[in-house]
Amino acid sequence: MTALSVRNLAKTFTMHLRGGISLPVVENVTFDINAGECVVLGGPSGAGKSSILKMVYGNYGVDSGEVLIAHDGDMVDLASADPRTVLTLRRDAIGYVSQFLRTVPRVSALDVVAEPLVVRGTDKEEAQRRAGEMLSRLNLPERLWSLPPATFSGGEQQRVNIARGFITHHPVLLLDEPTASLDAANRAVVVGMIAQKKREGVAMLGIFHDEEVRAEVADRIVDVTGFAVRQAA
Amino acid sequence: MSDEPLLRVSNLTKYYGSRLGCADVNFELYPGEVLAIVGESGSGKTTLLNTLSANLEPTSGEALYRMRDESWRNIYELSEAERRFLTRTDWGFVHQNPADGLRMTVSAGANVGERLMAVGDRHYGKIRDTALDWLGRVEIAADRIDDQPRSFSGGMRQRLQIARNLVTGPRLVFMDEPTGGLDVSVQARLLDLLRQLVGELGLSAIVVTHDLAVARLLSHRMMVMKDGHVIEAGLTDRVLDDPREPYTQLLVSSILQV
Repeated sequence: MTALSVRNLAKTFTMHLRGGISLPVVENVTFDINAGECVVLGGPSGAGKSSILKMVYGNYGVDSGEVLIAHDGDMVDLASADPRTVLTLRRDAIGYVSQFLRTVPRVSALDVVAEPLVVRGTDKEEAQRRAGEMLSRLNLPERLWSLPPATFSGGEQQRVNIARGFITHHPVLLLDEPTASLDAANRAVVVGMIAQKKREGVAMLGIFHDEEVRAEVADRIVDVTGFAVRQAA
Repeated sequence: MSDEPLLRVSNLTKYYGSRLGCADVNFELYPGEVLAIVGESGSGKTTLLNTLSANLEPTSGEALYRMRDESWRNIYELSEAERRFLTRTDWGFVHQNPADGLRMTVSAGANVGERLMAVGDRHYGKIRDTALDWLGRVEIAADRIDDQPRSFSGGMRQRLQIARNLVTGPRLVFMDEPTGGLDVSVQARLLDLLRQLVGELGLSAIVVTHDLAVARLLSHRMMVMKDGHVIEAGLTDRVLDDPREPYTQLLVSSILQV
């Protein structure tokens, strides 16, 4: 069953502050992901992997093309959806584990992780209990749970971020280098969590620079260099 | 989120004589949605807020509001009594300067209780209990209930103003630079509080700010204004991560990184 279908996406940035120059990013981006499958975007830095992820999540607008996401028995185009529909899709259908945690002042690590459950109606205590489970699994020391993550190390912040991204059940999950600043033990934990999501039927689209991790999680690699914009001669 | 908007604004335009305040503003606001209006001084964002909150009459256009009885009313054609009901009960207005939204020479408790009395609450003990509860929710110590806001710090005053506005259970709150003029640490506390209250109470809010970090943290959607016109609008993270208009790109690239 197709969970995410990306059709002919194209994107060019126009930099108005630099004389209006055009920076073509990608074109004709087309691929499908089935439920329970993890697809990894491949290609060198600057090829547009992150941009594709951001277009799929709606952080970046698209110039043309569709991002079809299975939702309530339909395939809904996120790329052309109004803001409310995008927010509904993000609540119910598509999740995103970003590379960096955007910290909120004063909110504890435990509540940062529990929040996605709370806004979906889970009782606060239950959400905190499950947040604690996630943080334990990712080996974040319990003495840090009550602290806001702003002062945590890069690896600690990333584990908070992963816990927050994996705690909900989104049928489609985007992963932007979730293992980049982790040690080997925690990388293995994340690889295990991705395997579990696959068994639960989650479709994943990710960027992984670590070759070992990529080899372990990827069912298929989509080479982004094939979407490079062909400049007119 | 509900499927019916709370507010429908069409072609709203305000001129001061021949000078333009804001022009042709169109949007819908849904229950639970927070809309940020950003732009520099003089862009028309405060004029728009004051027009939306019925403090100013528009030159043309309309703003339809879904009343508690589900009827749709143009807020500029309401009777005086209906408008009073909106501004005292169903709406809140948080001013940048707390002194504009508080009565500085009556106690903190009376500042909160006054809005309750305006909607017909008469039982002194009950009003005081509710006031105490709200002071607690905005993190003001109970033993300050009889003090006047004149003796409060800027951050405390702003939190008191928020309690005064939210005590009547409004469905829509207007905020004009709610964190402007506060120290950054005080700002962070206030932002966290606002974010939490808006989420818990399911409020709709329209927040005017020139601070894009505030917009990012509080709002779902944003509108960018320049010279009285909305030049770009959309999902907050889309506008901030992928700004299209030259002016929006300038605003986003002017943020100082720490």
